[in-house]
Formats: sequence, C-alpha cells, structure tokens
Amino acid sequence: MPTLATNPVVERLRRLLPTGRVLEGDAQVAAYECDALTAFRATPLAVVVPETQDEVIAIVRFCRDERLPFVARGSGTSLSGAAAPVPGGIVIAMNRVSRIIRIDSQQRVAVVEAGIVNAAISMAVAAHGLHFAPDPSSALICTLGGNIALNAGGAHCLKYGMTSNHVLGLKAVLATGEVVTFGGPSREQVGPDWTGLFVGNEGLFGIALEATVQLLPKPECFHTVLAGYRNVEQAGEAVAAIVASGLLPGAIEIMEKLALDAAVAAVHAEYPAGCEAVLIVELEGTREAVAADRARLDAVLAASQPVEVRPARDAVDRAAIWKGRKSAFSAVGRLSPDFIVQDGVVPRRRLGEALRKIGEWSREMGVRCANVFHAGDGNLHPLILYNGAVPGDLQRAEALAGRILKLCVEMGGSITGEHGVGVEKREFLPVMFNPDEMDCLRRVRAAFDPLGIANQGKMFPPAPADASAPAHSGSAPAQA
Amino acid sequence: MTPATSLPAPATIDELIALVRGTPRLIAVGAGTKPRLSQVADAYARVAMTRLSGITEYEPSEFTITALAGTPLREIVAALAERGQYLPFDPLLVKAGATLGGTVAAGLSGPGRLRYGALRDFIIGVRLVDGEARLLRLGGKVVKNAAGFDLPKFLVGSAGRFGVMAELSFKVFPRPAATRTLRLEAPDAAAKAEILMAASAARWELDALDAAVGEGAVFARLAGPETALEPLARDILQRWRGAVMTPGDASYLWQSVTELSWAHTGGALVKVALTPAAVPAFVAFVQTRGARGWVSAAGNLGLLSLPPAAAVETLEWPALTLRGAGPLWAGPAPRFEIMRAVKTALDAAGRFPGLDD
Ligand SMILES: Cc1cc2nc3c(=O)[nH]c(=O)nc-3n(C[C@H](O)[C@H](O)[C@H](O)COP(=O)(O)OP(=O)(O)OC[C@H]3O[C@@H](n4cnc5c(N)ncnc54)[C@H](O)[C@@H]3O)c2cc1C
Ligand SMILES: Cc1cc2nc3c(=O)[nH]c(=O)nc-3n(C[C@H](O)[C@H](O)[C@H](O)COP(=O)(O)OP(=O)(O)OC[C@H]3O[C@@H](n4cnc5c(N)ncnc54)[C@H](O)[C@@H]3O)c2cc1C
Repeated sequence: MPTLATNPVVERLRRLLPTGRVLEGDAQVAAYECDALTAFRATPLAVVVPETQDEVIAIVRFCRDERLPFVARGSGTSLSGAAAPVPGGIVIAMNRVSRIIRIDSQQRVAVVEAGIVNAAISMAVAAHGLHFAPDPSSALICTLGGNIALNAGGAHCLKYGMTSNHVLGLKAVLATGEVVTFGGPSREQVGPDWTGLFVGNEGLFGIALEATVQLLPKPECFHTVLAGYRNVEQAGEAVAAIVASGLLPGAIEIMEKLALDAAVAAVHAEYPAGCEAVLIVELEGTREAVAADRARLDAVLAASQPVEVRPARDAVDRAAIWKGRKSAFSAVGRLSPDFIVQDGVVPRRRLGEALRKIGEWSREMGVRCANVFHAGDGNLHPLILYNGAVPGDLQRAEALAGRILKLCVEMGGSITGEHGVGVEKREFLPVMFNPDEMDCLRRVRAAFDPLGIANQGKMFPPAPADASAPAHSGSAPAQA
Repeated sequence: MTPATSLPAPATIDELIALVRGTPRLIAVGAGTKPRLSQVADAYARVAMTRLSGITEYEPSEFTITALAGTPLREIVAALAERGQYLPFDPLLVKAGATLGGTVAAGLSGPGRLRYGALRDFIIGVRLVDGEARLLRLGGKVVKNAAGFDLPKFLVGSAGRFGVMAELSFKVFPRPAATRTLRLEAPDAAAKAEILMAASAARWELDALDAAVGEGAVFARLAGPETALEPLARDILQRWRGAVMTPGDASYLWQSVTELSWAHTGGALVKVALTPAAVPAFVAFVQTRGARGWVSAAGNLGLLSLPPAAAVETLEWPALTLRGAGPLWAGPAPRFEIMRAVKTALDAAGRFPGLDD
C-alpha cells in the first residue's frame, strides 16, 4: 500500500492507536471537512477513531503535550458548524465509543458512552417501558456526546426541557488532560452544578466520555392534532390561546407554507388545502389526564378559526404528522441546493411580529425562507435557501440570517435555542453579551482549556489576527 | 453572631455593586437565617439581601418570571398562583421566609421536583456580581437558550462562593387544577424502596412521591385535571394498600414536608443526594442514630435531621449541611483541579469564600 508522506505529529499519534485508526490525506478525511452546516469547511491534519475511553484520554493528553488543536465529532449533524475541523488540528471521531455500560430500569437511569446514537438509548430501554426524553429531529443519527455539547433540544422541550435536564452525571477528559466525574446517579445534586455547566460547552471544555442519563416512563397516551390556518398569525394566536388555557402540551409546533410544500414533496405529507400555516399540538400523559385535557384543547382550537382540525386517530396518523414535521429540514433540500437553518429565540408573545419581519425581509432581499418552529418555546427555525453555485447567494442568505439573529436579541431573546453558537453565530455572541460578560465566558473557557486547543475558533469571535477558524466557502464573510 | 438587622443591606443593584466593590471579603445572606452555608470565617463580611427584593418582570404568557435575589419565595409563589402558575420544583421553606437567592445558592428543591425536574431545570438567567464587582447578565429571559455556557445552572448549589446573585429568572408552568394524595402502607424500608421505584416508573405520572423514615408510609401525590384523579387513585390503590388522604391531612402533610417542620428545632439538617436503591441504607442510618429523616423525590433526596448538639458525621452519600455545625460537605466531595480553576476564573481575588470554607 502506498504510504503518504506522514507528518511527524501524525506519526507519533499513530503510536497511540492500533493500525488503521488514524486517517490522513484528502480522500480519507474528506467526509469530516464540515458538519451539516456545509458552508464552513476545513481540512484537518488527521482524523482519529478511538474505540475506548482510555484511547480518547491518551489522544487528548497527546494533543495537550503537542499543543495540537482537536475537535470531538459525533455524527457531524451540527447545524452551527460546531463540529467543523480546525485547520492543522485533528478530528476525534467518537462514534465507536458507544457502549451501553449499565441500564438500571428500577432506578430509571442508564450509563452510556458518549458516542452512542441518541435513539439507541430509547431503543435499549423500551422493553422496560422507559425512554430517553430529549428528541432532536436528528435522533436517529446524532450522538449523545453531540447532544451534550450543544444541549440539544427537540419538539418536546416545552414540557421536558433540553438535554441538560436529563443528564445526571458525566465522565469527561478535559482539555488539560484531567479526567473528571461530575454528578452521579441521583437526581439530586449538592454543590455547584458541574454537570449543568459542562452540558452546552460546545466541545470547548474537553470530551465527554460517558454520561448517566435519566430515563422516564413512556407516556401512556398521546393526543396529536394538526390544525390548518389561513395565515401564520392565526396559528400564532392559537398558540397563545393554548398557553393561556393552562394546558401544558408536550409539544407545540408550527410549519409555514414553504416548509409544508417541502414536506409534501419529500414524504408525501398531506395538509389541508388553502393553509399558509399548520399547527401541531400534542398532549401526552395518562389516558385519564389526556381525555380531560383533550376536551379543553378541542374547545380552544375550535375557537381559533382553523381551516381544518385533524386529530390523529391512531399511532399511524400520529407518526405521519410527525414525519412531515421531522423531515422538514431535509425536505427543504429538495427545494434548494443549499440552506442555512437559523435557531433564534424570541419571547413567545412576539412570535407573530418576528415572523412578519422575517417575511418582509425575505421578500425585500429576494431570499426564500421557510419557517418551521417550536412555537411553544418561541424557538424559530427559519430555513434560508440559497444556491452555493450562484455568486453572492450565500452572502445574501447570511445577511438575512444576521438580521434575524439581531432581531431575536433586540426582542429580548437569544441567538440560539438549541443548535449552539458554533462557528456560524460566533460574531453574534457579543450582541447578546457585553464585554464583561464575554470576558467571564472566556475565563471559564480558559479554566477548562488554558491552551485553547479544544474546538478552537468556535463560540467566541476570533481575535482580529486569528487564523485558526475554519474557512468560509464563500468569497467573504457576510457583514450582516 | 451579628444580628441580621445591623448588616449592610443594599436596596438596589447599584448599591450592591458599590458594596461588593468596597468589601474585600464578603458573603451574601438571605432571609436572616444563619444556615451552615454562610457560616464562614469572620474575615468575610455579611451582606443582607433581604432589601433587594421584588418581582421585576412577570409575563404569564411567556411562562417566565424575574425577581431580585432577596425576594421572599412567598411573594413569588403568591404572584404566580394569582395567574394559575407555579414553580414546579416546589421550593422548600416558603412560609419560613426563604429568599429566591438563598434557595438557588442552597440548591433546594421540594417534593414536586419529581415530575418536571429540580430548581436547576427551571433557572434560565441570573444577574451576578462577580469577584471584580462587575454585574454580569448570564443566561437570559426566554425559556430556551443555548448561547454561551450555562452559568445560571452552575450557580445552583454554589452557596454564594462565586459571587452575589442580584436577580434571577425562572421558567414557570401552569399549575395543575387539582391534587390528590395517597398514603400507601410500607411497613419497612425495603417495602418503601420497592414502592418508590415501582410507582415512579408506572403510568400514573406522579407529581410527588415521598417516604417517611419514622412511619410505615409512602405518600404519593397526583396532580392534573380533576376528573382524571379519582380513577388514577383507584388504580394505585389496587396495587398497594392505602387510602386517599383528606384534603386537610394532605395539605398539613405537604406543608410539614416543605417547611421541614418535622425536623428538630435548633438541630442540624443535612440534604443528601440519594438513589432509590439506597433508601434502606439511609433509613437504617437515620434509625440507628436516633435521628429523623425524610425521603423525597422517589428516593433521590434524603433529608437528615439531628437533635441539637449532635454532630453531623461523614455520610457515604454526597451531602450538604444546611443547618447546624459540622462539615459543609457532609459526604464525599469530589475534588478536581478544574474546580479551583473555575473558582479563580470567577473570583480571582478570593472575595468570596472558597468551596471548602
Ligand atoms: C436533519 C437534522 C435535524 C436536526 N434537528 C435538531 C433538533 O431538533 N434539535 C437540535 O437541538 N438539533 C437538531 N439538529 C442538530 C444536531 O443534530 C444536534 O445539534 C446534535 O446534538 C449533534 O450531534 P452530533 O453527534 O451529530 O454532533 P456533531 O455534529 O458531531 O458535533 C456537535 C458538537 O458536539 C461536539 N461533540 C461531539 N461529541 C462530543 C463529545 N463526546 N464530547 C464533547 N464534545 C462533543 C463537537 O465538537 C461539536 O462541537 C438537527 C440536525 C439535522 C441535520
Ligand atoms: C425560619 C427558617 C428555619 C430554618 N431553620 C434554620 C436554622 O435553624 N438554622 C439555620 O442555620 N438555617 C435554617 N434554615 C435553612 C436555610 O435558611 C435554607 O437553606 C434556606 O432555603 C435559605 O434561604 P435564605 O434566603 O434564608 O438564605 P440563607 O440561608 O441566608 O443563605 C443560604 C446560602 O445562600 C447564599 N445566598 C443567599 N442569597 C444569595 C445571593 N443573592 N447571592 C449569592 N448567594 C446567596 C448564602 O451565602 C448562603 O450560602 C431555615 C430557614 C428558615 C428561614
């Protein structure tokens, strides 16, 4: 086999692992050049594929000694460029560090390695009537480590919260090489919440090796309703009415016209004719509670001037409703060669106003935008369409994305609800936090990673002369 | 000890900042109680938070509330109740006068934390005065936010060691329309553990599930739409012997749980991070020492009360002494280099006591 002229650092790295688990050279690393935000790409020096926690620890300590930047990678489904490599650094692919160490169905906890696929946890405990509540739409491919790094959300955050709420304990190797265990099997904790601090660190503190996660009983019963509205304002008002009624649905989602069209084309979803927006509401719980709440929900929806209300009659109907929603991101791929998914949050009462502005800007700037969002949380997901092959198209899309992010902050919201800052929104973090607050965040980062080698260039805007950030595939970064 | 009334007590955030800037060593105290968490060396001046009080923003339609750190929980609970909402983690010591800041600093959640999660799962933002007397807004005021590190969560249980919290924002939920409490018979510790584990994994979605150490009983609370509760209660009673408590008895019970009125007056009180399987060991520990105990959150939270003058001993579970003498961390306290490094990042000059002080 022809060998590449190996870099001496890579040569030393190879000695840490069995043959064949250090990938090098353009062809081998091509698949790791970007995550699901394809506009940012960089070529790593090498990709390493550990299989055990000890191997990961050895690699991180090697990186520390060599001052070699590293990026942990789960399944690379991040939409914020959080998993894009650092030029000259290595990618540590965590997918094979994925054992289930222990399932304790009586105490409703599981101890699993970070590379495990999200949905595999629920599958492993389903026989006990339990599930792992965090359900990002990417659950069938993304890893728990990625969920932990980004504090991933999903359709059911309204009631169950984000990933963080379900992680009780962690074992991690920090960028300093220190191996730590935070939290544990108890749902109660004493002392500062180290586990809570680690979740959402975007890979900047080190690498999660294993986690103790809490499992919940599977809800006994669901009541899922799809309601079509003539326009998105009416759908928004229906959300406000549901919230005001005192109901606590498991999920409240809205999809707008363009996203509906995409779902129709991709998975043959069916929506009521003449609707510009569709609302999905799901009640869940015991059959007794759902029966009682259902009557209230029906009344609220009936009063909200829907074009049509379609309750799911059975599990098949329910699955069809969610399939249309959950495939929205990938379905939009059929409408446009490329797209950016935004992830800003606005106070719920300002959703209508935010959507109106986004619509105006989208028309004014000639950029198509499909709205899908977690309405119950005020978490927007505008899908901003562009064609990377058309010069200037990406810049226009990014300019719109930037305006939306600033709008979210002006309205008292956040630049990200669940996808993280990554490389995509790092210029906007200082819009949310003043210089003192940025300094505090940087100091905390430096405490975990004094050398700045863990996922360098992410979350924080680069210092002016910082060349370590992944390159933008467009001609120049957009100034929004 | 200095009476609370003579302590400096800033009434505005600006006054608080100025006070912190002018005080090289200090610790915040809440409602004039002197719990173990703020028993630190005399070098640390005490700052009373009680005047920094009041709800600053409440948006029922957003499910969010923001209040100054010295606000009595009582006030927050009442304002929420008026709009049919509540803090689902069911805070402790509301009637006793506990403040929002002190509750966060102690990391205390009540029995209701079983259903939707603890205090840590509902805190969304904080305004913190750090070791350099800078006012930092960490987190935010919307229910979902993933920008920057989750420092609001980190401050839960931090016992005032990283800064003074000036203002806090929380997510809230609609309050269930009705509740029912069942008293289930559980003659011994093994029976208690069995019920705690089985009932919390069952279909009923219990709102609270606690066990008395000194009594052969487990208490299960249902919460939800009125019409759902009767059939659910019947179903539970087919599985275990017991009875639905009268509303009066139930309210007396939960009040004594959340106000810790079962505990010794003037004694020590320790919060223990337990696991359901460890309940028999915890019960045995309590009983062999003539102490009192309570098990909450389906066996995840233990509370241990000792009579006056009894010393808190080292426990095998992670534990925090809330009242009385004895070690602050009564259980095994993990110590990693990173802990010192983060303390230094937030408080380089050591203005606030260290984690072990
Ligand atoms: C179709 C689609 C739908 C999606 N839907 C949702 C959704 O509903 N909600 C949502 O929140 N997100 C969603 N996402 C985004 C993405 O799936 C999540 O952010 C997910 O958590 C990423 O997991 P991953 O394993 O792919 O991580 P990666 O993309 O590989 O990495 C993401 C980040 O995690 C870090 N990381 C990975 N593993 C570790 C580890 N072991 N230790 C430390 N850091 C680590 C990386 O360095 C990087 O910063 C969606 C993505 C797609 C493509
Ligand atoms: C009447 C009553 C009975 C109780 N019994 C006793 C008893 O007998 N003895 C006893 O010592 N304790 C007792 N406790 C327990 C203790 O008060 C609880 O832990 C309570 O929840 C703390 O709330 P607090 O507002 O009183 O805060 P405090 O008890 O004053 O403070 C608790 C911790 O929070 C920190 N803190 C408070 N506010 C802030 C802030 N804004 N920013 C940062 N840190 C902050 C303090 O530094 C301290 O570490 C009792 C409480 C009350 C009110």
